[in-house]
Amino acid sequence: MINRSSKAHLQRYMLRIGKNWGLYLLLLPAVTLLLCFTYKPMYGVIIAFKDFKPALGIMESPWVGLKYFEKFFQSYQFWITIKNTVLISLYSFAMFPIPIIFAILVNQLRANRYKRVFQTITYMPHFISTIVIAGLMMILLSPGNGLMGNLFRLFGAEAPNVMGSASLFSSIYVWSDVWQHTGWDSIIYLAALSAVSPSLYEAATVDGATRWQKIWYIDIPMLIPTIVTLLILRVGGLLGVGFEKAYLLQNNLNISGSEVISTYVYKIGLLSSQYSFSAAINLFNTLINFALLILVNQIAKKYSENSLW
Amino acid sequence: METATNHVLPIKRKRDNDKLLETLLYTWSVIVLILVLYPLYFIVIASFSDPSAVGNGKVWLWPQGFTWDGYKELFNHSNIWIGYRNTIAYTVVGTAIGLAVNLSAAYALSRKDLVGIKPLSFFFIFTMFFNGGLVPTFLTIRDFNLYDTFLVMVLPFSVAVFDIIVARTFFRTGIPAELWEAAQIDGCGNLRFFALMVLPLSKAIISVLALWFAVGHWNSYFNALIYLQNKDLHPLQLVLRDILVTNQMQNALGTGEAAQIALRLANLLRYSVIIVATLPIMCLYPFVQKHFNKGVMIGAVKS
Repeated sequence: MINRSSKAHLQRYMLRIGKNWGLYLLLLPAVTLLLCFTYKPMYGVIIAFKDFKPALGIMESPWVGLKYFEKFFQSYQFWITIKNTVLISLYSFAMFPIPIIFAILVNQLRANRYKRVFQTITYMPHFISTIVIAGLMMILLSPGNGLMGNLFRLFGAEAPNVMGSASLFSSIYVWSDVWQHTGWDSIIYLAALSAVSPSLYEAATVDGATRWQKIWYIDIPMLIPTIVTLLILRVGGLLGVGFEKAYLLQNNLNISGSEVISTYVYKIGLLSSQYSFSAAINLFNTLINFALLILVNQIAKKYSENSLW
Repeated sequence: METATNHVLPIKRKRDNDKLLETLLYTWSVIVLILVLYPLYFIVIASFSDPSAVGNGKVWLWPQGFTWDGYKELFNHSNIWIGYRNTIAYTVVGTAIGLAVNLSAAYALSRKDLVGIKPLSFFFIFTMFFNGGLVPTFLTIRDFNLYDTFLVMVLPFSVAVFDIIVARTFFRTGIPAELWEAAQIDGCGNLRFFALMVLPLSKAIISVLALWFAVGHWNSYFNALIYLQNKDLHPLQLVLRDILVTNQMQNALGTGEAAQIALRLANLLRYSVIIVATLPIMCLYPFVQKHFNKGVMIGAVKS
């Protein structure tokens, strides 16, 4: 009995799948690419627990357990990279409200033409590549003949070598990001604000609400769902300082402040070919991010209706 | 008397207050505009100026000692043009592949009658939060014989899950289910429906994704740094890195008068190359701007 009904069930399923075969064909390229280039490397992560020799391959290389994790925890680079990564991450994270404030202020601009021009101009830096940004900063901040050097000399002072300073690295990293992306990052909040019904503002005006009150009691509550979603996504990447900019801005003078996990993984793995060691460091980083993401999502679930899943 | 002034005062104060706020707001916006524009403007005027004037701090508002030398110098570096050619090829092919792969996946996932939609969605979303990391990915690329090929720049990493989610939301809200039901009655299959009905109705999302992919390909250097060795395959960004960041031009110079001239040109080149590399991609945005309507972005937020 049961068998027959489950068989009928299966048949119905197959029928529905068969009817929509075209959809599976549409999914095929993306699924194949992900399997080959994202899921296959996930399996390759086991080299973090092995002594990987390219000649032997992943399967044949001997297991070594947690040897490479211990090696990382005991190396003197461990605390430096962790400290720098956490510091830069938290510093960037502290900038999270800037695009929100930016969007609220832009939303207050009344002259429509000006507002549009303002937005277009503040989006522009987003389209500049990381390499050009790094080059730009080297040109502008150079103590010798950069804009900053000239500015200091105008006041008769000697410019500090900002690019070569380990302690200033995090500030350079974070504030150049603010310069480049604030306008662009505010788009999503501006979109949420533009969805606010004008009747809400009109009602508030009739009730005699000031501008501040409208921002505080209408704008900000309308932004909360967007803020929570983006906040969760941000925390998931908390311990992931991007490789691209950190690597470009690194030099021998600031290395003690600029070596982060991602650049260290690159140097160990690809420049000095210690594959297993590099994979172990990388995995450690990924796991922490993953744990943070789940934690924050749980917290968000508990205290508000907004969560990722 | 007293009550009357009491009534007038708050309103007047409120107006003054409003005026003050308005002034502060516009002052703030002008300061922001200057902060954003001046560094860019400085690069433009420096690219037309005598490098020694730039070095001495004479260049503030207008080019000093006007010269085209920086732009002429661009033609003496064939690697810049090889990089340019490669970047255009990667951007065009990569954007086309990215659109094809992601739009079709997004449409399939937008259909609620797709059997297995939950595990399939998980299959995609999981990759946003977990990956094999640099070395395992590198080894995989090598196993597929893609190291140092044109293909590695456009194919393996073309699936963009975030973009799929945005496009899926767009399809769900923008393509009514009745349309598919009607097409089905007329005997139209899924593939024909996607190509002839869905895509023509989705110009907004297609142009937004095309912009994202194009900017991504134009500006990225990470994959090229990791997977390309052959200089003839290098994209513009890697050439820029040699010129702007590692200063290979200057290090290669000797001393003496010829070296002085070469140094001058190398300095100028740093400005002109920034302009030439950045302008094309910046000009793309205004064409797509009108599609960045609230619909698309809200879709991004909601999902």
